[in-house]
Amino acid sequence: MSRISKAFENKKAFIAFVTGGDPDIETTEALIPQMAAAGADLIEIGIPFSDPIAEGVVIQAADERALKAGTTTDKLFDMVKRVRGKVDVPLVFMTYVNPVYTYGTERFAKRCAECGIDGIIVPDVPFEEKEEVNGACEAAGIELISMIAPTSRERIDMIARQAKGFLYCVSSLGVTGVRSKITTNIKEMIDHVKKASDIPCAIGFGIATPEQAHEMASVSDGAIVGSAIVRLIAQNGKNCIDPVCQYVREMKAAVASA
Amino acid sequence: MEAKKGRYGLYGGQYIPETLVPAVQEVEQAYEACKNDPAFQAELKDLMENYAGRPSLLYYAEKMTKDLGGAKIYLKREDLNHTGSHKINNVLGQVLLAKKMGKKRVIAETGAGQHGVATATAAALMGLECEIFMGKEDTDRQVLNCYRMELLGAKVHPVTSGTMTLKDAVNETMREWASRMDDTLYVLGSVMGPHPFPMIVRDFQKIIGEEIKEQLMEKEGKLPDAVIACVGGGSNAMGSFYEFIPDTGVRLIGCEAAGLGVDNPKNAATIANGSVGIFHGMKSLFCQDEYGQIAPVYSISAGLDYPGIGPEHANLNETGRAQYVPITDEEAVEAFEYLSRTEGIIPAIESAHAVAYAKKIAPEFEKDQIIVVTISGRGDKDVAAIARYRGVEIFD
Repeated sequence: MSRISKAFENKKAFIAFVTGGDPDIETTEALIPQMAAAGADLIEIGIPFSDPIAEGVVIQAADERALKAGTTTDKLFDMVKRVRGKVDVPLVFMTYVNPVYTYGTERFAKRCAECGIDGIIVPDVPFEEKEEVNGACEAAGIELISMIAPTSRERIDMIARQAKGFLYCVSSLGVTGVRSKITTNIKEMIDHVKKASDIPCAIGFGIATPEQAHEMASVSDGAIVGSAIVRLIAQNGKNCIDPVCQYVREMKAAVASA
Repeated sequence: MEAKKGRYGLYGGQYIPETLVPAVQEVEQAYEACKNDPAFQAELKDLMENYAGRPSLLYYAEKMTKDLGGAKIYLKREDLNHTGSHKINNVLGQVLLAKKMGKKRVIAETGAGQHGVATATAAALMGLECEIFMGKEDTDRQVLNCYRMELLGAKVHPVTSGTMTLKDAVNETMREWASRMDDTLYVLGSVMGPHPFPMIVRDFQKIIGEEIKEQLMEKEGKLPDAVIACVGGGSNAMGSFYEFIPDTGVRLIGCEAAGLGVDNPKNAATIANGSVGIFHGMKSLFCQDEYGQIAPVYSISAGLDYPGIGPEHANLNETGRAQYVPITDEEAVEAFEYLSRTEGIIPAIESAHAVAYAKKIAPEFEKDQIIVVTISGRGDKDVAAIARYRGVEIFD
């Protein structure tokens, strides 16, 4: 069983996102084991991109900070390799297709496997284009995480049937970022998936409060939180570890009780 | 040309977030239906002729021809279209498509403001709401066009993310579309983005080349020896070239913005300096670093200030069917002034890039050979910027 599958075994998963290299590589490197210790069941590390079209303003700003601090894909690979020696939590890269393609898709996937990355999420590679990266991921033994959105409807069956690891369920239209209310009928979306596949479903986009995380995890297999964590990092800079871990503990408790 | 749906050789595709896939597929289906619908085509033809003023003139530039002493030079006058550029061809098509799709609102990116003005115009005409996303750098450079869009009833959003230019305006328009697609169509301004946009925009722009062929046949009884157009995303060039692709004797030349020079980091010459990448929905050539971070590009021309190029151009370059050359700010400004003084035609600074290359190569041609230069837009919008470039401060 893959590390990713284990994250969902007999429990609801709390998935935490950080932008790699925000505010610097050292902070991310210190943060990952601490977030795992605080209860994060899976950690997504964003490879910063100059033009993150699926992100709202909070993660856009984090990407800018990380790039300004000199973060590169190679520096993140090296960092992950060091972290992997310390923790067993599943680690997933989230990035855009251009950094992957430009690195050399096969080389990128191989490097992921060598450094202990378990999967990748590439929001601008939809089902119809997935062969662009999937072959390389399979060859390297990492999982390409698929996404569904509120607009997916009848597309859910084909996407869910081929999904690996877990299915990233986008809660709302638009881009990442904290929302006061999630209006999509998430339960209907998840029920649709479950008819097609037994892949674990985690919900992301817009989740910030323990109440929201609890509510989302109660109709699915887990909750993904990005912008709310990244905002704490933006506010606290290098001193973000304590406030982020405190937040992760609260969110984990809310998800676990769902 | 298309090996598989939405592909031009290696290039093209549909690299967009899942949220947008159904919206893009809806456009694809609606366009296929309209393309084969005589009523749609008749309505579009009527708009092109009776609203945009087509066909645009093919003008024999006699003084320029004599002055350069080589090829006979014709100018395809897209600057004479309503709204002052070729952009109207595409937006009349796409906004009409939006209306047929039952959309109530259109959104668009703009660089120089020409596509924004054209979209706002078509939206006003057809009674749709319109919102335009424009980099903050460009809203500062093109104050008049911003006010023009507002006059036409559009809302202009200055984009302050990233480099605050055209690519960031595209990012922001995509983000907006992903948050509201039920009643909204993204009217993309160039032959770029995810399939079907490169194809749709080309189809609505190919009238430029079709008219060139017909008008030149009438005047000269033969095909041109070369067709020259400026290239940012590449819509006026694609429109000028497409009809001539099978006519292999016709040289097709795209002029890209080299800014301060191809060896200076401040340029936007994608073919000269770019490498293959996947961005803004398409696999194509992009100015980027070794890690795939999109480069901040620069050109005096806001309309060519884009780090990528349409996928069909990338393929025409690769197959050698078209040739792409870099033109610097300085060469473009000189051509801007040259055409103004020689022919009494003030071209858009974008189009001046094509004029600059025509000036360079015309003397190498025989006197019975013909070069057609597409003047994609008029230069009124650029007068203040050119004055600044020459050290004259005027208010625009």
